[in-house]
Amino acid sequence: MDILIVLEDSNSNIHRMGLESITGAQHLASSIGLQASAVVMGANANALADEASQFDLNEVIKINDDLLSTYSSDGYAEALKQIIDNESPSYILFGHSYQVRDYVPKLSAKLMKPFLADSIALKIDGQTVSATKQMFNAKLFSDVSPSTDTPYLISFQSAAYSADNITSGSATVRDYKVSLDVSMIKTQSEEPFKESSEDLDLTAAELIVSVGRGIGKEENIPLAKDLASAIGAELSASRPVVDSGWLPAAHQVGSSGQSVTPKMYLALGISGAIQHVVGMKGSKNIVAINKDPEAPIFEIADYGVVGDILEILPKLTEALK
Amino acid sequence: MKIAVLVKQVPGSESPLPIDSSQDWLDEGQVAYVMNESDSYAIEEALQICEKNGDGEVVVVSMGPDRIQKVIREALAKGADRAIHVRTDSHDSTDPLTTASALADSLRNENFDLIFSGLQSDDLGFGQTGIILGEMLEMSTASLAMATKVGDGAIKVKRELEAGYFQWITMSLPASISVQSGCNTPRYPSLKGIMGAKKKEISEVTSTISDQQQSIKKLYAPNSSKETVMIEGSPDEVVNKLVQVLKNDIKIA
Repeated sequence: MDILIVLEDSNSNIHRMGLESITGAQHLASSIGLQASAVVMGANANALADEASQFDLNEVIKINDDLLSTYSSDGYAEALKQIIDNESPSYILFGHSYQVRDYVPKLSAKLMKPFLADSIALKIDGQTVSATKQMFNAKLFSDVSPSTDTPYLISFQSAAYSADNITSGSATVRDYKVSLDVSMIKTQSEEPFKESSEDLDLTAAELIVSVGRGIGKEENIPLAKDLASAIGAELSASRPVVDSGWLPAAHQVGSSGQSVTPKMYLALGISGAIQHVVGMKGSKNIVAINKDPEAPIFEIADYGVVGDILEILPKLTEALK
Repeated sequence: MKIAVLVKQVPGSESPLPIDSSQDWLDEGQVAYVMNESDSYAIEEALQICEKNGDGEVVVVSMGPDRIQKVIREALAKGADRAIHVRTDSHDSTDPLTTASALADSLRNENFDLIFSGLQSDDLGFGQTGIILGEMLEMSTASLAMATKVGDGAIKVKRELEAGYFQWITMSLPASISVQSGCNTPRYPSLKGIMGAKKKEISEVTSTISDQQQSIKKLYAPNSSKETVMIEGSPDEVVNKLVQVLKNDIKIA
């Protein structure tokens, strides 16, 4: 086997980042003349296999096993290790989801093979593949190469590839058995739950005013609120603002919050850490105000202002009222 | 309860990041180092567990050259009992498998009940070392922890999932857990703590780094994918230009 894509369940559909990794796999496959296959497991494996079989893949491996019906890092890492040992794929590709962050390091340790995590692109030079990764809070990029023999584990950051570019086709589905024992799984999990009583849907917002750590303190939040109400925008925040308790978690944009694509995203004092950017980089117009001219938010901004938001905000609100 | 906390020294968010002549690492002489942000949450979680139980030991573990003793002292000043410095002379870009192997060799005989680590480092950001180390030491593992409850021979961990969901999982000890920023409120060292830290033990272990599993071939400034229009001038000028952009170009109303 050449390339194996591991697809994750998201309410009986293939997780969005899994679809994106299929595009990445198809790109890799066509660049170096390899074939890509996918694997699905868990309670909704049948539905995921149906969906995956409609893409241009060599085959879809489907595992129905009671011990995998609920996610556990031990179960998933062990099942994949067995597939990799038996099928010998050279590249195992994932979307860099929260689940992947949880169990793929364990798989890496079981295999003693490197996990090139959170890649934003693959660089293919002949038969040599390196992964581009953001480092130092996205202020620098790096090209990282494995130094061992295959297999290599590689995960893609959200939106590294577009799911719109998947090539359709038809793939055969193969039932697959793994050998798991209940003693291998050291964790028991309870039902997932939502904490925030406030439900705020930012995904349909046309205009978003978003605050980051640069707002300085809780007492300054009304400055951003005033601007948001002056222009009829929703108010959102990056994680540090929510962690500090300045705004409820329902307002959070980023990998642990909502993903938004408004007509305008006004980023106030947001540095542009990867975890935030993945949730808003699809916005049509990004306007960033930040006192640090080196802040990575300016890399993705359409309009940028290097300045003090506390000075600019009241004047801007007044001018737009 | 014997708890290890993995701590890493990383460039501060305001530090210059000059790339060295080999183009695969930083010119470290010009870098201002601090404690990795999520690691301070890992320290706090460990200290709170020991304080709640009324006994236990918190051991800071850090790997790197001499300069990392600064963050080790900081962790001791916050209240950790002692430290293990896994000394390496190689630069910071060791990959997670290599780092975890070196840590596993140094920690195996300590028989920790718990290992806490921050979710990811603010330099390389692989986010793997704590989980790999746990697997190498045959511990239970969990990532993205937002809260913990220690019981008899087991720990309950509230994990963060995607899209605002959480989940409690229970696992047997020993366990290695990586914590998410925001899971508690890290304390500042007290003056008494800072004075006391000077007398605390830092045991040194020398580790030779074996062949790396993955390596940085090139480090470079991002090539911006977008043409950013920078708006400049005095605050009043900036506001006037911004209003024009919002109304005429983006057409917000």
